[in-house]
Amino acid sequence: MFGLRYLKDVATLEMYTDKCTGCRKCITVCPHAVFTAEERTVRITDRDACMECGACALNCPEEALTVRVGVGCAAGIIQGAARGTGPTCGDDASGSCCC
Amino acid sequence: MAVRNTESYVTGAVNTAAGSVPVVATSLSRGDRIGSWKARWGMGRMSYTIPPGLYATGAATAESPVLVTANYKMSFDRIRVALAGVDAWILVLDTKGINVWCAAGKGTFGTDELIHQISETHLSEVVSHRTVLVPQLGAVGVSAAAVRKGSGFRVAFGPVRAEDLPEFLGAGQKATPEMRRVRFPMWERVVLAPVELVMGAKYAALIAAALVILSGLGPGFYAMDRIFHVGLATGGFVILAFLASSILTPALLPWLPGRAFALKGTWIGIGVATLAWWVTRDAPGLTVTLPGTISWFLLLPALSSFIAMNFTGASTYTSLSGVYKEMRLAVPLQIAGAVVGLGLWVTARFVA
Repeated sequence: MFGLRYLKDVATLEMYTDKCTGCRKCITVCPHAVFTAEERTVRITDRDACMECGACALNCPEEALTVRVGVGCAAGIIQGAARGTGPTCGDDASGSCCC
Repeated sequence: MAVRNTESYVTGAVNTAAGSVPVVATSLSRGDRIGSWKARWGMGRMSYTIPPGLYATGAATAESPVLVTANYKMSFDRIRVALAGVDAWILVLDTKGINVWCAAGKGTFGTDELIHQISETHLSEVVSHRTVLVPQLGAVGVSAAAVRKGSGFRVAFGPVRAEDLPEFLGAGQKATPEMRRVRFPMWERVVLAPVELVMGAKYAALIAAALVILSGLGPGFYAMDRIFHVGLATGGFVILAFLASSILTPALLPWLPGRAFALKGTWIGIGVATLAWWVTRDAPGLTVTLPGTISWFLLLPALSSFIAMNFTGASTYTSLSGVYKEMRLAVPLQIAGAVVGLGLWVTARFVA
């Protein structure tokens, strides 16, 4: 599975290292092991593995993480463009959702 | 509660300080398996739901752990099977029948709904502890700090996969790094192919039908016999390219060269075009002309590239920024391939 890597240098994940207290909640919630714990802090060590799900930023008590959250779904982007909205993962009325 | 007790997976009830709670089976019935299979093929997938609320497994007590899940029946089935032999509570959120990860992305599996269900089910009267176990992928929509503030319950994030729950619970609610990672192994990929096939089928059929109708064009304006010759062959190759890319993209994902899905899919179209050229190389009117041959190598990769690109949404590791980036390059190329390919294909009908 670890052979499955997506595009390099695109993920928008950023960390304000001065705000990080090393609580490691981001490490707990990250599904792609983007972060590594250091003695008193946490560092982004694999940004290219980030899928921009936003779990880390939502659960960071210090608001030390920012990321443009979204679903990496071409069908959602096309659907959003067709409707003039942002990317959308189906809507409840149309009953079509790819996930 | 009365309505929930009539469901086939309910085997009994347990009395709590907050009333009767249905106890559910921890093995799947034939009906459950057929339901899963139908959902995988897109049949009733968007209404494959169970009523939200609190359920129990085994002989749950006030000390038993509370596991949170979505009201997509397949998610619920996964968790109750994983809890065979475990006494636990299952708190089902109303996610409109969407699985945990996708619902968390939409916000329906989220902080507010979790707080709402904790209060609605009087969870604080049912259990003596103050912890709810949320699947790790639910963290996309659940802020542990906000849930604590809003409900008094601490959120502990459990493993990504329900099947790891017994080990996680046995280890004092500790997840190994391996339990925290999302994988995308062969079976998890291939099981997604049917719904991709079902969703794409009508578009592929339309394209194939349009080409069959167009195939009557040629010297002498329009001829029915060409429909059976050129038309069915062309339609057949379009369908083949559609089937190949819908099935092989998930199956061969790690081995298809390139990181962009649109590129991965292109190889499949080139493969089908090569096959098309090979089997028709001695058939007059099909690809013996240069424009005809080239048209296969433009039309089929454009189609397969598009289909593979749409698999980004089903995959577990693509980012929005990445998909934007690949689409900026791939979509114009796919359109160009389709337009030029179609032009050459029509030209080939007249020069054959």
